[in-house]
Amino acid sequence: MRLLINKIVLGLSTLSALIGLAFLGWILVTLFIKGLGSFHFTLFLNDLINGGLRNLIIGQFILAGIAAAIGIPLGMVAGIYIQEYGRGKYAEVIRNLSDIMMSAPSIVIGAFVYAIIVVPTGGTSGFAGAIALAIMMLPIVINTTDNMLSLVPRELREAGIALGASKYKVIIDIVIKAAKVGIMTGILLAFARIIGETAPLLFTSETSNYFSLDLTESFPSLTVSIYDLANEPEQSSRDLAWAASFILTVLVLTINLAGRFFTRNKKS
Amino acid sequence: MPVMNIKDFSFTYPGVDHPSLKNINMKIRKNKITALIGPSGCGKSTLLRSMNRIHDLYPGNKYDGIIELLKADTQKMENILDIKKENEFIQLRQRVGMIFQKPTPFPMSIFDNVAYGLKIAGIKDKSELEGRVEKALKDGALWKEVQDRLNKSAMGLSGGQQQRLCIARAVAVKPEVILFDEPTSALDPISTGAIEELLVELKKDVSIAIVTHNMQQASRISDYTAFMYLGDLIEFDKTENIFLNPKEKQTEDYITGRFG
Repeated sequence: MRLLINKIVLGLSTLSALIGLAFLGWILVTLFIKGLGSFHFTLFLNDLINGGLRNLIIGQFILAGIAAAIGIPLGMVAGIYIQEYGRGKYAEVIRNLSDIMMSAPSIVIGAFVYAIIVVPTGGTSGFAGAIALAIMMLPIVINTTDNMLSLVPRELREAGIALGASKYKVIIDIVIKAAKVGIMTGILLAFARIIGETAPLLFTSETSNYFSLDLTESFPSLTVSIYDLANEPEQSSRDLAWAASFILTVLVLTINLAGRFFTRNKKS
Repeated sequence: MPVMNIKDFSFTYPGVDHPSLKNINMKIRKNKITALIGPSGCGKSTLLRSMNRIHDLYPGNKYDGIIELLKADTQKMENILDIKKENEFIQLRQRVGMIFQKPTPFPMSIFDNVAYGLKIAGIKDKSELEGRVEKALKDGALWKEVQDRLNKSAMGLSGGQQQRLCIARAVAVKPEVILFDEPTSALDPISTGAIEELLVELKKDVSIAIVTHNMQQASRISDYTAFMYLGDLIEFDKTENIFLNPKEKQTEDYITGRFG
């Protein structure tokens, strides 16, 4: 009887795993078929106005890059603070707030930035988009830094102190180095997460058909343009959306895999 | 001659009513090994960690009494419990080094590990650094094994080698006292033997206090032994007296294995 139950449970869990995997595979296969069908290397050479995606890919990277340049240092310093310096309730409040922010719907963050930046400045801008992405990224970086630092054994900190190092030297020279791989992996995953975000950009940076480096104007964004193109009536626009989705997926997958590869290599 | 003199010392952890150490009186003598033994929870590690005030990493501890440390140039005893300023703490820890139960190599090269304390002490000259690192690794009985891979990560060394690296790192800054907190309990017998030999060798230059769970280890290497129980120092004497002629009944019971 017990053997039978065992078999049934095993069968059921295998089945659910397969169903889950099947959908994932389905998404990837559809993307590859539809995306590759309309994919062409000239997409990388032309801007959207000429039927290409060049400005969008570059724009997306610039937005995510600026967001990372704001979010990574801020998040790391905050993470270091709550793990190494923060004591008692104060640090606990920040930690909880950051956890809550992590699950805040991205569209809400988009709306928030719309209210505090887009409305006062009178229009959508690349800058507003980058800020929205930075806000998305911040809690992930805080959380990773906090967690990874907490894995560094207490003795390692004490050993540094016992050699006459001051607390901040121990943190900079020893603790962060010991947690480096974990933190970098977390940052890469956070970057992969924000580079594929649409909702925070939808009414902050908007998107643009033209190549632009001007962060005070609407800024080209791959994800927002996918959303726009998919709503267009012409087949050619929808094909372009598929191609863009395909490129975006490959990008995100690559960054994710790079992050994982990184950790595994360092651990062995 | 004592380098450390502990007088009526009591210690209380934060948020606890009762002191973990009560009225401890003992001395760490110059160029001798002093062992602290006793069952788990007796306070031997707590006492050791008071001697370089590493407790102060965590706020809220309460010290009572006096722990004096001999100042080499003036030959005067100074109370380390009076220390309040950051730079005085740094000096204290350069004078009183510490080795932990688990080896604690820093995630950097073997050379940088040993040079770390020296750099903090302000030594920048490259050839002086190289000389001091080599000397320290020789003192730590590790030079022969690592001399051709000084720039490799210290994480690749075996546990016993890592522990000797930590000893070399502590010796490099030329402390007056080194505190060992169960330095061999995570190591195999052969590595343990190597470390014990090293300690006996090191006492020519430094004074040593060692916490150990292993009574045989205390009797093999130490000159003085303190037996502690539930926060009290029960007996402190020459090692042979403690092991052959203990005055206190509790000491005798512990070393003959009747409890603990």
